[in-house]
Amino acid sequence: MELALLIDIGSTYTKVALFDLQGIRLTGRNQAYTTVERDVTIGLKKALSGLQGWEQARYKLACSSAAGGLKIIAIGLVPDLTAEAARRAALGAGGKVLKTYSYELTNRDMEDIKTLDSDIILLAGGTDGGNKDNIIHNARMLAGSNLDQPVIVAGNKSAAEEVGGILRKAGKETYLTENVMPELEELNIEPARELIRNIFLKKIIQAKGLDRVNELIDGVIMPTPAAVLKAAELLADGFAEEEGLGELMVIDVGGATTDVHSIASGKPSRPGVNWRGLEEPYSKRTVEGDLGMRYSAPSLYSAIGSDSFREQLEECGYSDISKDKYEAMINRLHQDVEYIPKNQEEQIIDNLLGRNAVRLAVARHVGLLKTIYTPMGASSLQEGKDLTGIKYVIGTGGIIVNNDDPGFILAGALYRNQKRPELLAPVEPDFMVDREYLLAAAGLLAEITPETSLRLMKKYLEKV
Amino acid sequence: MTAKPIVVLGVIGADVHAIGNQILEHALNDAGFKVVNIGVMASQKEFVNAAIETGADAIWVSSLYGHGEMDCRGLREKCQEAGIGDILIYVGGNLVIGKQDWENTKKLFLNMGYDRAYPPGTLPETAIKDLKEDLQKRGKSRWNWPS
Ligand code: B12
Repeated sequence: MELALLIDIGSTYTKVALFDLQGIRLTGRNQAYTTVERDVTIGLKKALSGLQGWEQARYKLACSSAAGGLKIIAIGLVPDLTAEAARRAALGAGGKVLKTYSYELTNRDMEDIKTLDSDIILLAGGTDGGNKDNIIHNARMLAGSNLDQPVIVAGNKSAAEEVGGILRKAGKETYLTENVMPELEELNIEPARELIRNIFLKKIIQAKGLDRVNELIDGVIMPTPAAVLKAAELLADGFAEEEGLGELMVIDVGGATTDVHSIASGKPSRPGVNWRGLEEPYSKRTVEGDLGMRYSAPSLYSAIGSDSFREQLEECGYSDISKDKYEAMINRLHQDVEYIPKNQEEQIIDNLLGRNAVRLAVARHVGLLKTIYTPMGASSLQEGKDLTGIKYVIGTGGIIVNNDDPGFILAGALYRNQKRPELLAPVEPDFMVDREYLLAAAGLLAEITPETSLRLMKKYLEKV
Repeated sequence: MTAKPIVVLGVIGADVHAIGNQILEHALNDAGFKVVNIGVMASQKEFVNAAIETGADAIWVSSLYGHGEMDCRGLREKCQEAGIGDILIYVGGNLVIGKQDWENTKKLFLNMGYDRAYPPGTLPETAIKDLKEDLQKRGKSRWNWPS
C-alpha cells in the first residue's frame, strides 16, 4: 500500500489526512490547533497522534496559511491596469493581498506599508516600452525606506534594470521577472506567480518557522490557497486519460474571508458583446476580506444591509427573531470565532450569513454586462468573466461542509439570487460539497500524482 | 531596440465602426509607430489609462456615428487631471451629424483641446505627416522613420 500524508497548516487548525494511493481511498484524518506562534510541530504532532500509520507514508507534504498566510503588497501604475494585474498575480500565487497601491507612492503610503508588515512587495507599472517614471519613482521610495522584505520587480521591461539597480544599491533583496502587463490589457502573471512561490519556498517558510516541520515530514511546499487553486485547475481540466469536470467554480467560505476560484475562460457567451478591460486569467482567484462567518461577521452583515437581512429572514419564515437578537449574535460571532449555533434560530442566522457571503463574493468575482443606450439602440459591453455557463460550483468551508442543506448556502451564487441583473453569475450549475476537506490535500497530491489526485476528488466530492 | 513613438488609437463612445480603425492601425504601423489600439466602444477613461501605462506620445480618437461632440468633450481635461495634460490628441471621422460647415466643426474640436481635427475622407498619410512634424517640434526627433 502506498500512502500519502497531506497536511494543511491553517491559521486555526492543522489538518492531517492519510490517503491510500492505490486504493484511491482516504484512510484517516484528524486535526489539532495550529501552534505556529510557539512551535508548529506541537500542533502537528498532536494531530498526527490521532492518525494511524502516517509514519509509513511515502509522501509527507504540507501547505500552510498559518502565521498570516503569504502577505503581499501589490504596487502598479493605473488602478485598473498594472495595479490590478499585480494584484491578480499575487492572488494567483496564493497570497493575501494586504493592500494595492497605484500611481506614485507618497510618504504617507510608505508609512502605511511599513505598518502593514508584508512578506513580499510586488512592484509593477508601465507596459513594456511604456511609462518608466512611475516605477522608477516607486523604486526610489522603497529604496529610501528601511523595509527589508523581498521586492519583486514585474513592470516595464525597459525600466527593469534601472529599477533593479536602485533597489539593490539600497541593499534590498530584489528579484526581476517579466512584466505582469507587457502590452496594454494583456495579462502575463505566470512568471510573477512562479517567482512568488519560489520565494515562499526559499525564504518565507523559514521566516515563519514553518520549516520546523521538516523533522517530521518532507516540508511545506505551497500556500494553502495555491493548493486549492491547483486542485480546482486539475478538477476542471483533467489529466491524461482521466477527464475533468469542465469549467467550474470553487467557493471557500471561511471565518475571516471568502475565496472564490473560477477555472473558466469567461468569454462572452452571447454574440455581439464587446469584451473590454484587462484580460482575465483562466484560473482566477479573488478574496473578500470583509465577507466571513466569524471574525468578519459584522462587516458581512453590513455588506448585506440590515433591511435585506431582515427581509431574507422573513422569507425563510423567521420574522419573529428580533433585530436585537440577531445583531447580538453577529457581534458574538465576531468575538467567539469558535462559536457553533445552539438552536434552529441561530442556525438560520448562520445559514443566511453563509448564503450571502457566497452571493456577495460571487458578485464581486464575476463580470458584468453593461448595456449602453445610444440614440441608435442598445449595445453591450462585458467587463470581467462571463460565468453564466459554469457547470459546477463546489463549496468548501465549515458553513457549507457541516451543513444539512449545503445547497441553500451555495444557491447564493446563482444568477437568480443575485440582486443585480447585469451580473454574469452561474445560471444553473450543479453543486458539489467538499465533505472531507479534501481540496487543499488534492492540490498537494497533484504535485506528485495528478491522476490519483483527480480520481480522489471525483470520488469524494459529493453532489448536492 | 530603438524606441518607437507610441500612439493610442480607438473609436470613442458607443461607436462600433471598426474598419477605419483597422486601416489607421496599419498605416501608423507602416509609418514606424507603435500602435496601442483600444478598438471600438472605447471610453475616455480607457484612452487616458492606456496613454498613462504605455507612456504614449499621442492619442488618436475616431468618431464616425455622429455623436463626436458629446463623446469627445472632456478628454483633454481628463488627461490634465491624470498628469498627461500636454499629450498630443487628434480626432477624425464623421465628427458631427450630416454635412455641416467644416471650419466651424474644426474650431469646435480645437476649442475642446484637441491639437488637430480632420474632416471626413482624410487620408491617414495626411495626419501621419502632421504627427511627425508635431513630434519633431516637441524635440522628439530621435526616431528613425522608415523611408
Ligand atoms: C459600414 C458602416 C456601418 C457598419 C459598421 C460595421 C463595422 N463593424 O465597422 C454598421 C452597419 C454596423 C453601421 C452602423 C451604424 N452606422 Co454606419 N456606416 C458604415 C459606412 C457605410 C462605412 C464605414 C466605413 O467602414 N468606412 C470605411 C473606413 C475606411 O472609413 P472611415 O470609417 O471613415 O475612417 C477613415 C477616415 O474617416 C479617417 N479617420 C477616422 N477616424 C480618424 C481619426 C483620426 C485622428 C484621423 C487622422 C483620421 C480618421 O481615416 C479612416 C481610414 O481611412 C458609413 C458610410 C461611409 N461610406 O463612410 C456609415 C456611417 C458612418 N454610419 C452612419 C450611421 C448613422 C450609422 C448608424 C447610427 C446607423 C443606425 N441608424 O443604426 C449605426 C451606428 C452604430 C454604432 N453604434 O456605431 C453614418 C454616420 C452619420 C454621421 N456621422 O453624420 C454614416 C456616415 C452613413 C451615412 N452617410 O449616414 N455602419
